[in-house]
Amino acid sequence: MDLFSSLGLGFSVALDPFNVFYCFVGVLLGTLVGVLPGIGPTATIAMLLPITFSLNPETALIMLAGIYYGAQYGGSTTAILINLPGESSAAVTAIDGYQMARQGRAGPALAAAALGSFFAGSVATFLLAAFAPPLARAALSFGSPEYFSLIVLGLLVSIALAHGSILKALAMIVLGLLLGMVGQDIYTGTPRFTFGLRELFGGLNFVALAVGVFGIAEILRNLENEREREVGVKAVKNLWLTRDDFRRIAAPVLRGTVIGSLLGILPGGGHILSAFASYSAEKRLSKHPEQFGKGAIEGVAGPESANNAAAQTSFIPLMTLGIPAHPVMALMIGAFILQGITPGPNVINEQPALFWGIIASMWVGNLLLVILNLPLVGLWVKMLSIPYRVLFPAIVLFACIGTLSINQNIFDIYAIAFFGLVGYLLIRFGCEPAPLLLGFVLGPLLEEHLRRAMIISRGDPMVFVERPISAALLALALAAVLIAVLPNIRRKRQEVFVEDD
Amino acid sequence: MKKFSTLMLAVLAAGSAFTSVSAFAQDYPTQPITIVVPFSAGGPTDTVTRLVAAAMSEDLGQQVVVQNVGGAGGTLGAGQVAAANPDGYTLLLHHIGMSTAPALYASLPFDPMKDFEPIGLVTEVPMTIVARKDFQPETLEDLIAYVKENGENVTYANAGIGAASQLCGLLFMDALDVKMTEVPYQGTGPAMTDLLGGQIDMMCDQTTNTTSQIKAGEIKAYAVTTPERIAVLPDVPTLAEGGLENFNLAIWHGLYAPAGTDKAIIERLTKSLQTALADENVGNSFAELGTYPVPADQATPEALAQKLEGQIGLWGEVIKAAGVSAQ
Repeated sequence: MDLFSSLGLGFSVALDPFNVFYCFVGVLLGTLVGVLPGIGPTATIAMLLPITFSLNPETALIMLAGIYYGAQYGGSTTAILINLPGESSAAVTAIDGYQMARQGRAGPALAAAALGSFFAGSVATFLLAAFAPPLARAALSFGSPEYFSLIVLGLLVSIALAHGSILKALAMIVLGLLLGMVGQDIYTGTPRFTFGLRELFGGLNFVALAVGVFGIAEILRNLENEREREVGVKAVKNLWLTRDDFRRIAAPVLRGTVIGSLLGILPGGGHILSAFASYSAEKRLSKHPEQFGKGAIEGVAGPESANNAAAQTSFIPLMTLGIPAHPVMALMIGAFILQGITPGPNVINEQPALFWGIIASMWVGNLLLVILNLPLVGLWVKMLSIPYRVLFPAIVLFACIGTLSINQNIFDIYAIAFFGLVGYLLIRFGCEPAPLLLGFVLGPLLEEHLRRAMIISRGDPMVFVERPISAALLALALAAVLIAVLPNIRRKRQEVFVEDD
Repeated sequence: MKKFSTLMLAVLAAGSAFTSVSAFAQDYPTQPITIVVPFSAGGPTDTVTRLVAAAMSEDLGQQVVVQNVGGAGGTLGAGQVAAANPDGYTLLLHHIGMSTAPALYASLPFDPMKDFEPIGLVTEVPMTIVARKDFQPETLEDLIAYVKENGENVTYANAGIGAASQLCGLLFMDALDVKMTEVPYQGTGPAMTDLLGGQIDMMCDQTTNTTSQIKAGEIKAYAVTTPERIAVLPDVPTLAEGGLENFNLAIWHGLYAPAGTDKAIIERLTKSLQTALADENVGNSFAELGTYPVPADQATPEALAQKLEGQIGLWGEVIKAAGVSAQ
């Protein structure tokens, strides 16, 4: 079957009114749970699995997929409005998105995020349709040495481009790496930094950490100066993008889509890097890098596009190889199995209506999302006019409920309080929480892949330069350092993580 | 299907009228029941639990809710249920890890034998010994010879300390009296990715995770770990056929209540579990997972207690011999 007749089949499934309805239900639910930090797509899909028993496989999986990418849309909303990211990619959006909200530009920020996501989602879905099997094969050539080198590149690009507070940024990355080490070492089972607390064996909860150092710390900072508080107080200028905004986001959206699509295919954690990578790239390429961290719309549009593109292409390893790229995809495998379909290389041939139906439904879903979200922008922005004395307890409450819902673990609530205080102290010391989160997310991956590569190579470090992809990535990393160090280029060096307040 | 369940409910209700039970237990259940799964949502244990919970909900006439309490190799969730109120409204569905925890964890906050009332076995998931597509050995005999000869040059993926895939590897290496290079992953999903990509040599994992890849010819299957061949993979021999007598490993799952739960409630739950396991939908879905519900005479407190005790003894020795510890 060629691509067009396949897509024809796909759209005949996806445009069935019944399926469109469930697709809508999925993206609506996804948007709602994405807005609440913590109550993410994993919990929602798990809760809804029993309900999908009675639906036919296409409908059930279209709805569940909708929840997943719908949540990617919704996640940016709280990050932009109240600096409360629910996942690592939203943490990147919060950097400039929240600053835009403080300047009364929450509307354009939300609109840029929605439009960027829509564009990226549509393009990535096309990639999924056209090239899924070969792309998945290519992604398999990424072993631990390649992932290690990719993460080194990611970290070095971020460090090398930091400016002024390079020492503080470095310190924050290291602190993040250390926090990421908390928990049981998967190689030996040795508990590290757990202080005998069984709750820490599984490591610190990302949502608790992110909600603490971003959301709660921001609330503390706002409350310390009751009179001069300024959350959302600047008059909302406009809800829609200006012509100038459109001009500014076009290139970042395109680049974010490319970066996200490529990284999303890698099943070993590529999607985590996508938003960070896009942000670094935009700041590096921008003519006004000094605006980043102070409300640059490029810093919202790029990472949001990258994130949504990665969300779509992360279906590639699942649908063509039957391997999950992250916990939500693992849950999708469970959903396939409950429907009597074992995901794997044969799905595309044995269940063409299902395979192409899901892909086509992603276009439908992305369209529904943009129709759903753009009118909501006005509503969300109105939320900022709620008096802060009412708003902040509600934020704290929702953050706690959301975080508790992940593992039903009261310990995570204490962690929010603790990291809220830590985050507040960091703000006071002029340190930025974004590099900390970068270290926290990438640190464990870096260690895991380094050690695994060394175990498999039986202790031979040459494996990192003998494998061509790995060697190329390391060479790029070296180049990034050289560019930052060479004095004549130093003047152009740009800031990556600056969140002045 | 619905009709059948309603009928069963009526029969059970009528049956319970003849047995003398306390008033409290007679009304049971009057509120939703929570089954704690000590692993994250989406894993094989979670899937098994959700299927059983849905069928038990119909039988009990109350919603049976699944709650994921992951962490510390399943000991966090198990510890929470051990400390829960023994009123029959908080249950635990745990797998083989219940029997390995005492050997792996020096300070366990609960005693698997004393702190729980067994309700019944649920399922036993067979495991498969698999390798990358281009791995040299062709048959099980070849594999055994190859592993004996190459020892630590063979890389072997597992999902970390105490995971089923690690236990299987330990037993296999113990049986061959050889050491391979163990490569831990965060779960067998990522391990499967590397196996498909040819980054590692071998793995032993539940049929849940391997069957589709084996059938698609993406990986090689050498053996199943059960005494008999299994229906979904009729061409794959057992390890016993390859000369490893007595090699018997299946990831068994059991349902438990906290110690001190009323006997009548346990009886009611056992009955409900048996009804759920006889459900056609559950049977079919289990078959898709490459497993099957245990027969009714195994879904009993006695069978589970016996299984648990025997396995605690077995794994205590294997884990001690291998020098593995989680803390």
